[in-house]
Amino acid sequence: MFKAKVLIKRRPSILDPQGKAVEKGALHLGLNNIKDTRIGKYIEFTVDTDDKKSAEKEVNEYCGKLLANPIMEDYEFTLEKVA
Amino acid sequence: MKPKFGVVVFPGSNCDHDAYYALKKILKTEATFLWHKEKDLQNSDVILLPGGFAYGDYLRCGAIARFSPIMNSVIDFAKKGGRVIGICNGFQVLLEAGLLPGVMIKNKSLQFVCKDVYLSVENRNTDFTNQLEENKILKIPIAHGEGNYFADDKTMKELVNNNQIVFKYSSPGGEISEEFNPNGSTMNIAGIINKQGNVLGMMPHPERACDPALGKTDGQGIFNSIISSLLN
Repeated sequence: MFKAKVLIKRRPSILDPQGKAVEKGALHLGLNNIKDTRIGKYIEFTVDTDDKKSAEKEVNEYCGKLLANPIMEDYEFTLEKVA
Repeated sequence: MKPKFGVVVFPGSNCDHDAYYALKKILKTEATFLWHKEKDLQNSDVILLPGGFAYGDYLRCGAIARFSPIMNSVIDFAKKGGRVIGICNGFQVLLEAGLLPGVMIKNKSLQFVCKDVYLSVENRNTDFTNQLEENKILKIPIAHGEGNYFADDKTMKELVNNNQIVFKYSSPGGEISEEFNPNGSTMNIAGIINKQGNVLGMMPHPERACDPALGKTDGQGIFNSIISSLLN
């Protein structure tokens, strides 16, 4: 079995109004050096197979078709063998 | 013959009954509900994806709804030329399903916007707009938090060149500018159609502008256009 950890980031060319709004909060905290806040997603799950290749294939399909929208997001993931 | 609208019901749809009511009681056509777990479109002549928050809008708006059993049938239906209209959340589902190009991101203001807006009709030569009066600006309400349409430059050029932009947010007089853009949508886009002309997505709610008792009826023209295109 593998533990998958997926990071989904909004493409640099896509506006992130949420990140901008959150950054305003940083200013209210007096944190004047915070710039370019962008909000993504972190998703983790397990893949019930011992074959790393097939785990990768399944995670890629999960990410590419459902977890991320390739029009506006990029994803990366790691797989770690667990008992 | 009365054309039959199949109104898809996802868990979290909340404009399905409004649409059904407008179609059946005001426009006097046939309508039936299609539960998301079904595959049978029940011989519908046109499919309507209603507004709401399908599957809680978890992950991204429309992302999970797109994989429901009924959507496989709707995608097949659309690919064979069947007419499909997606309203608000329904538009988002069509984008996620790849039946229309582009994505929706959060409104520029970050606020949920619920108000009447004015729409300039950019293409009257479609199955969804052919009965709309020449030069008439439509007054139809919007109610969404993620209606900020975005597509890359290549897609935008295609939309413009193929006349696929059907509705733009405008002033009551038809002026199109940032001032009358409620959500930051690229080029004030409120509704687009696919290249083949059988799938329309729009953020405003025409079903909420049908019953004269509600004080506005500009939505009727959109449904009448669909009905008329099916009868011809």
